Amino acid sequence: MTVDFTGQLAVEGVSKWFRTSRATVHALDDVTLTVQPGEFLCLVGPSGCGKSTLLDIIAGLAVPDSGKVSADGQPVEGPGRHRLVMFQESALFPWLDVFGNVMFGLKREQSLTAEQKRQVAEQHLELVGLTKFKKAYTHELSGGMKQRVALARSLAPDPRVLLMDEPFAALDALTRERLYGDLQEIWRTKRKTIVLVTHNVREAVCLADRVILMSPHPGRIREEFRVDLPRPRDINSTMLAEMAQEITAALKTHDPELGRE
Amino acid sequence: MKRALVVIAFFAGLVLLWKIATMVMGWSPLLLPPPEAVGRYIWEALLDGTLISASIVTVKRLLIGYFIGVVIGMGLGLMVSTSDLFESTVGALALGLQTLPSVCWVPLALLWFGQTEGAMLFVVIMGTVGSVIIATSNGTRSIPPIYARVARTMGSEGFDKWTRVILPAALPFLVTGMKQGWAFAWRSLMAAEVYVTILTGFGLGHLLEYGRELSAMDQVIGVMIVIVVIGLVTDKGLFAPLERFMHRRWGTGAAVS
Repeated sequence: MTVDFTGQLAVEGVSKWFRTSRATVHALDDVTLTVQPGEFLCLVGPSGCGKSTLLDIIAGLAVPDSGKVSADGQPVEGPGRHRLVMFQESALFPWLDVFGNVMFGLKREQSLTAEQKRQVAEQHLELVGLTKFKKAYTHELSGGMKQRVALARSLAPDPRVLLMDEPFAALDALTRERLYGDLQEIWRTKRKTIVLVTHNVREAVCLADRVILMSPHPGRIREEFRVDLPRPRDINSTMLAEMAQEITAALKTHDPELGRE
Repeated sequence: MKRALVVIAFFAGLVLLWKIATMVMGWSPLLLPPPEAVGRYIWEALLDGTLISASIVTVKRLLIGYFIGVVIGMGLGLMVSTSDLFESTVGALALGLQTLPSVCWVPLALLWFGQTEGAMLFVVIMGTVGSVIIATSNGTRSIPPIYARVARTMGSEGFDKWTRVILPAALPFLVTGMKQGWAFAWRSLMAAEVYVTILTGFGLGHLLEYGRELSAMDQVIGVMIVIVVIGLVTDKGLFAPLERFMHRRWGTGAAVS
């Protein structure tokens, strides 16, 4: 496996407002952030801190009102195949079977032959352990399996950056723990840059090299924590719990509403 | 197997009720002939070819008109779904026209096209288009936006997005629209055939109308039965496989059975 060190992201002075007829919400205020190639970064914060908006802007699905985003030195002007997104709902296509879903993003790869595309899709199904469910329809899968398929679908076109918007939030705890293990393993072998949005501090500590803490009204970056715990990490380990506690405490000092609880 | 028996028993029961009614009620056979008279008519008309040739004429008109109607309806429906301007103009027009019973097009078609195939075709197309436009635009507008977001991040835009995401995602709605369009097309054509006598082809509607003129109730009921059977067979043959396909993929259809 060749490890190419691309997948660098730079967010500079990004601000974003949402205007509706009733109110104007200041979603992001002067956010600056750099993500190194191959880094696993988690954006953490309470609802309304703009973390999902920031992810959308990095993905090119939303446009900032000021500031700029670049990926590998190129300005981000729209969605691109090097930065694929995985959402909280798996959003699998029900008219395709599991294999068809994983093939979706590969279909337009002109550099690969039909046979190579099939191989790549097979490899990614194997990576998420769903080879046996290749021909299954999406409604036949459990929530965890759906997210695995969504992960395979996002990874198959070999993006440089994987953007994940609360991908585990809708899953039960046991499934989630298994997926933490799988994702760490995949990240170790594939060395993608990953930006993951979550409101679960433990999840962030379990996965990230660096945890960025955000606070709402307006959405700002408050603090960042480097996580140097050895990998693979177990979500139930005490070291991890201590670090999570420290970050949760910081979270509360930045958000007066949480602090009162 | 058991289900087939139940179905057969149900229809045999209906025929039996009919037979008993003709025996005990003392109605004139001119108004309600016994089932065997209708059966005899159907059998003889099948043997001498009238029923078959009339069915072929009718089904051919139906298929041509329906096909054109679906193509126009889907095209307009997609336009309506992509633009608010079209929605409030063409969409509103389609909605309005859909409330117009298709038989109302017959006088207009007669004046425009005379007693020709063109008049038939026009009525069928007008009957089909409205419901297909509405189902298509409703369908594409009801697609969860997350599908489009996923498609965009995967670099699927424009034509590719339409063919690989929007249209497949709207398939359940499209099929509903096509099915409804089929029912409307069938109704429109029967109305047109009953009203319009034309020399270029003798369809089931004409057979029905001539049955009335000859006071041949066995023919009237016989042709009605044939019309119902054709409708049923196309539904089972054309749409049921499509619907099964969708239910299997979407995992729908299990909630009520």
